[in-house]
Amino acid sequence: MLPSPSSPSPARWFRTLRRTKSTEQSSKLSLSVCTELLRKSREALASGRTLREEFRLSQLEALVRMLVENEDEFVDVLHKDLHKPRFETVLSELILVKNEALFAVNNLKKWMNPEYVARSLVTSLDECFVVSEPLGVVLIIGSWSSPVQLNLVPLVGAVAAGNCVILKPSEISSHTTELLQRLIPSYLDTECYHVISGGPSDLTDLLELKFDHIFYTGSRATGQQVMQAAARSLTPVTLVLGGKNPCYVDRECDVGIAAQRIAWARFHNAGQSDVAPDFVLCHTDVQARLILALRSCLLQFYGPEPRHSASFGRLVNAELFTHVRDLVLASGKVAVGGEMDEAEKYIAPTVLTDVLESDPAMQQEIRGPVLPIMTVYSADEAINYIRRKEKPLCLYVFSSDRKVISNMMTCTSSGSFCANDSVLQSMMVMLPFGGVGASGMGSYHGRCSFNTFSHRKSCVLRNTRVECVTYLRYPPYEDRSLSLMMWASSLSRRSQAWCQIL
Amino acid sequence: MSDYGAIVQKLRDSFGTRKTRPAEFRISQLNSIVKLLRENEGAIVEALERDLRKPKFETMISEISMAINEANYAINHLASWMKPEHVEKSLVMKFDECFIRKEPLGVVLIIGAWNYPVQLVLVPLIGAIAAGNCAVVKPSELSDSTSSLLTELLPKYLDQSCFSVVCGGAKETTELLEQRFDHIFYTGGVSVARSVMRAASCHLTPVTLELGGKSPALVEGSCDVTATARRLVWARFFNAGQSCVAPDYVLCSPETRRLLLPALRDCITQLYGTEPRESRDFGRIINQRHFERIRDLLSNSQGRVEIGGETEEGERYIAPTVLVDVSESDPVMQEEIFGPVLPILTVESLEEAINFINRREKPLALYLYTGDSKVVTKVMECTSSGGFCSNDGLVHMTVITLPFGGVGSSGVGRYHGRFSFDTFSHQRSCVLRGFGLEWANQLRYPPYSEQKLERLLQATQERKWSCTLL
Repeated sequence: MLPSPSSPSPARWFRTLRRTKSTEQSSKLSLSVCTELLRKSREALASGRTLREEFRLSQLEALVRMLVENEDEFVDVLHKDLHKPRFETVLSELILVKNEALFAVNNLKKWMNPEYVARSLVTSLDECFVVSEPLGVVLIIGSWSSPVQLNLVPLVGAVAAGNCVILKPSEISSHTTELLQRLIPSYLDTECYHVISGGPSDLTDLLELKFDHIFYTGSRATGQQVMQAAARSLTPVTLVLGGKNPCYVDRECDVGIAAQRIAWARFHNAGQSDVAPDFVLCHTDVQARLILALRSCLLQFYGPEPRHSASFGRLVNAELFTHVRDLVLASGKVAVGGEMDEAEKYIAPTVLTDVLESDPAMQQEIRGPVLPIMTVYSADEAINYIRRKEKPLCLYVFSSDRKVISNMMTCTSSGSFCANDSVLQSMMVMLPFGGVGASGMGSYHGRCSFNTFSHRKSCVLRNTRVECVTYLRYPPYEDRSLSLMMWASSLSRRSQAWCQIL
Repeated sequence: MSDYGAIVQKLRDSFGTRKTRPAEFRISQLNSIVKLLRENEGAIVEALERDLRKPKFETMISEISMAINEANYAINHLASWMKPEHVEKSLVMKFDECFIRKEPLGVVLIIGAWNYPVQLVLVPLIGAIAAGNCAVVKPSELSDSTSSLLTELLPKYLDQSCFSVVCGGAKETTELLEQRFDHIFYTGGVSVARSVMRAASCHLTPVTLELGGKSPALVEGSCDVTATARRLVWARFFNAGQSCVAPDYVLCSPETRRLLLPALRDCITQLYGTEPRESRDFGRIINQRHFERIRDLLSNSQGRVEIGGETEEGERYIAPTVLVDVSESDPVMQEEIFGPVLPILTVESLEEAINFINRREKPLALYLYTGDSKVVTKVMECTSSGGFCSNDGLVHMTVITLPFGGVGSSGVGRYHGRFSFDTFSHQRSCVLRGFGLEWANQLRYPPYSEQKLERLLQATQERKWSCTLL
């Protein structure tokens, strides 16, 4: 590990910060504050320090240290915000970010090197390559459901690519946001990286400013608002949007294992996940067994009273609680669970059956620990249902029949796909993660994050010594030189090589 | 339903039949594009002659040949592009299949531009076809001879159930943009690009915007002045200056300017003769509006015409022109010229030139003429642009293995070669597991415990300088 710059221990930092905590520390969003932060960031960018590999490495390593040294604080705030168990916080938030940061550290040199491309015979005297440059100052708007990971994983990419960043975590996961606002200035360069907070109306103001990229995770409606605002300044955007992720359970399937894997995915974080299966399309032949298996899994996971289980979360706020409760009350029949407590924002892990396509639970994104199961009579019916809807962020299928899996995969479209499990494809650093159609545009994770926050500039370096090669292209044009040029520059169908004479 | 709605629906229905998926279909359509170009070479040359007085030579190499090469390159590589890309797996995922599928987006819209009306429609179309999409193509109404020709020819060569051509101007384009597409590819100017992106945002449609801007050409003291002049002249006055990547203005020291001007004059004469108006090798401005725009830039400029400056309205002719004593606030420096006029601004140092460039919007291309490789590195690293080329002009966009696109206000996204295929594809991450090894999953299930967490952490943490386990 690179030696950290000498600084007081984190504990002392916190004590100092708490003593001097004032309005300037909280950077509550206001347009003038943001304009100033943007100006500061542009100045920091212009200084060139983010261009250096050592700088980026030091920032990424500082981020890792921040997570390691403050693990307990993160566990605490996530528990306050979402009643998230320590196990989930460590594995699905902290480790994910750490892995991404270390992956970037391990590969940064390679990513920053120019990529030389195949050249033609004639341009072999030239250098042709693609070099990655930072875009500039990027805005990252993270969501509340996994507030550490959804803010810091894009931040890793933006930092690795050499940008300055304005990070806006969600005001809904307020304790986590406040912790990030407090910690990040203690670990990262305070000129280059800023954390702000604010509500939905503040977002409109923020989007008036010009950034070089906007990365947004959240709802479709706000995603549209972000892209519309970005259109004014032609700012590129990455949008990772929620929706309803379908999960098809086939008649040929190990129902017991499928139930475990689905239950794990659906009910972790009390169902508040962009990537969990949102509903099940279950083949009629296995539906009864699936429900039994789910009931038994839930008992095994959370005990007879999930409310008392330390492994089960709560809904983030009253608004979401009401939304999920109303969906449950208006849709199908409760087969498992259904208990609720408004004061605790607790909804038991719930399975709904006899659900119709027109039910609210099948029309709106659920975002809670409720799994509707709709019956289908064939895999084809499931495919047709899925294709009638908007392209989801994730699509899942449980089947031991390879043909069913293959059909499902080739006849549908989704951000990502997983057979016989779920969520995992969104956690692998080697796979791009993102949406398509209404579930978003662009992708990130691993090298993809670095690319998302970079401009890949094409470069051709020539010299002027070999003018004999290019003379054919100049006027006065002659038919005979044209023939020669066409012959020389035409790509042959038969050969893999190509020739470029310009 | 409007006409456009019906067109898009028809394409969507075709896309739903999956006929564009097999490689054979895509290759057959790409072959048809090659056939279209080869069999109608004469007609295309004539159409471009009518629209832009484009010399046959320029049409052949910058329109027909470029499109044929892109089509053949796609045909040659399609199999490898379509193959799923398997990724490195961790030990824990050893028995799973983890790969990225390349899938078509659906129905895409391609809006072409008038300056290279064949290439700017067909090269994106080639990418869209290679990636398995259906497409609506809207050529520019300004290059109306070429657009009419494409409107007539494309349906004859391509599968009409999958590819449609729509004609029209601003009003028709606005109506077309109300439809929902799965990707919009636009080449043109900044203000229409904003409307395109705004319209796209209503449907969350991703966009590729190939725009322009003022591409600077730095001419540094150690360059080979003669070769530089020849290449600058070629790049600037090709297609009568109507290229999005043409050098738009020159930055050099007063001393370099003193040497450059006679060289430019000589080159212009060598390439276009003493009366460029009589040269068959020099084009014309696309229409009256642009002719007047450029002529007004010239007359309102506070600089001095050093070379050229003649105009002739009837022919929409503007002579290859070099302006000097131009300042940053000059009208000619406020917008992309897009015509055969090259202003030269003087700076005292390389740093001043770099600062000048960095004060402005990021350009589509940045050119540098120098004999010193350290200067190349410095300028390349200290500035940002869509593309960069030293000691030449335009050519970086013809290297098929390099992505072509802008950054900042010069554009969003990129294409050419494999990058066209990628632009029109969705890269879908897939993980295929079996039902085995469930014992390995037990660690992740509730009820949670510190022991389970410890064991999982051992298996899943990335370490610095070591292999990935998850």
